[in-house]
Amino acid sequence: MATLQVELVAVERKIWSGEATTVIARTTEGELGILAGHAPVLAQLADGGVVTIRTTEGEDLVVAAHGGFLSITGEGVSILAETAEISSEIDVERAREALRRAEGEKDDPDAQAAVRRAQSRLRAVGETV
Amino acid sequence: MAGNLRALRRRIRSTRSTKKIFSAQELIAGARIVRAQARVEASKPYAREITRVLSALASSASLDHPLLTERESPKRAAVLVITSDRGFAGSYNVNVLRRTEELLGLLRQEGKEPVLYVVGRKGETYYRFRERDVEQTFTGFSEQPGYADAQEVGQVLIEAFTSGEDDTDGGAGADGIAGVDELHIVFTEFRSLLAQVPVAKRMAPLEVEEVEEFDYEREDREQGVAKDDGLQAAYEFEPSAEGLLDALLPKYVTTRIYAAMLEAAASESASRRRAMKSASDNAEELAKNLSRQANQIRQADITQEISEIVGGADALVSSGAND
Repeated sequence: MATLQVELVAVERKIWSGEATTVIARTTEGELGILAGHAPVLAQLADGGVVTIRTTEGEDLVVAAHGGFLSITGEGVSILAETAEISSEIDVERAREALRRAEGEKDDPDAQAAVRRAQSRLRAVGETV
Repeated sequence: MAGNLRALRRRIRSTRSTKKIFSAQELIAGARIVRAQARVEASKPYAREITRVLSALASSASLDHPLLTERESPKRAAVLVITSDRGFAGSYNVNVLRRTEELLGLLRQEGKEPVLYVVGRKGETYYRFRERDVEQTFTGFSEQPGYADAQEVGQVLIEAFTSGEDDTDGGAGADGIAGVDELHIVFTEFRSLLAQVPVAKRMAPLEVEEVEEFDYEREDREQGVAKDDGLQAAYEFEPSAEGLLDALLPKYVTTRIYAAMLEAAASESASRRRAMKSASDNAEELAKNLSRQANQIRQADITQEISEIVGGADALVSSGAND
């Protein structure tokens, strides 16, 4: 089966790169599933969304990506994010705490961004928020 | 004589202890360079990708974006200066500030009024001492800048830039905020451990040529132009190309600020290490000279004492012989 070469890079470091069969991401326009041979697309990822990378080993890699872009080329997929965390690295308690704290301040745009970041982290570990 | 000796010994002791501080600083700076270089490396994949995406976008979308278009009569130009928070870094800050003065002179010649934004405590004090107007300062992260710091700076600058769009001659324009028409950045480029060069670059309005100026872009082109171009023509955009450009350009500017900060941090540590190395060498030299002097004095004292004793004994002997 054809595979995708996936690069997941955050601003401060490269987070993951490898072969995958499927990438599922939520863009500002809607959910997008990518298989090998997808047409070239540049898309903006929705804030507070998650990206799921199904590796060739059949593993699901769930990533909380914030402020990101997705670029699909003939060879593969690159995901660019301002901050990105793989679900296994996420501190669930801290994310919950951050969500609680940020939800108190509805008017502050910074707090709103924090809410979305915390939500995407919690979604990445499989919680419903 | 003895008092002189004591003073010398005190100087030797203090020189030795300052030398300890210098060598500790040197070691710390050495470790920091390695870390800073690693961070520069780690930030490159993102910079490379965002540049690639942007140039793909630039080739498909009509380049009609405030961050890309040259304003007709630029009046005010923002200059972001990246200096360090701490001293002990040799000529690092002096060089950056001198380069800045050159740029400011050039901007004034072109009839633009420079507006200063300063990163780092050293730059802040430099301009405060000279009673020059500084629009905003950012301090506390010069040695280990995070992306959040770059975002903070980037946000301020982009806001100033976008609010400068409607400025009229001598007036603040419709939004009542006096913005700027150009963004410049002055930082120290890390060429190698021995060479750090202060450079001034224009960040906005961006030119597409300037985007492609990056080294990795050139690499890409050398590796295979035809393949890339073929793909770029067929890109689909979600949302529209213009919408993406709107979202992407500010991030691109922030990425460039972040990259500049990382380079500056590496340069700062490198010049600090060099400065501390020569300082500890000098301290060593000084301590050596001082202890040589001290030894001479000690020896002279001993010789004098011996001759006094011998002379005294001689005097006793001769007076005894006279008895």
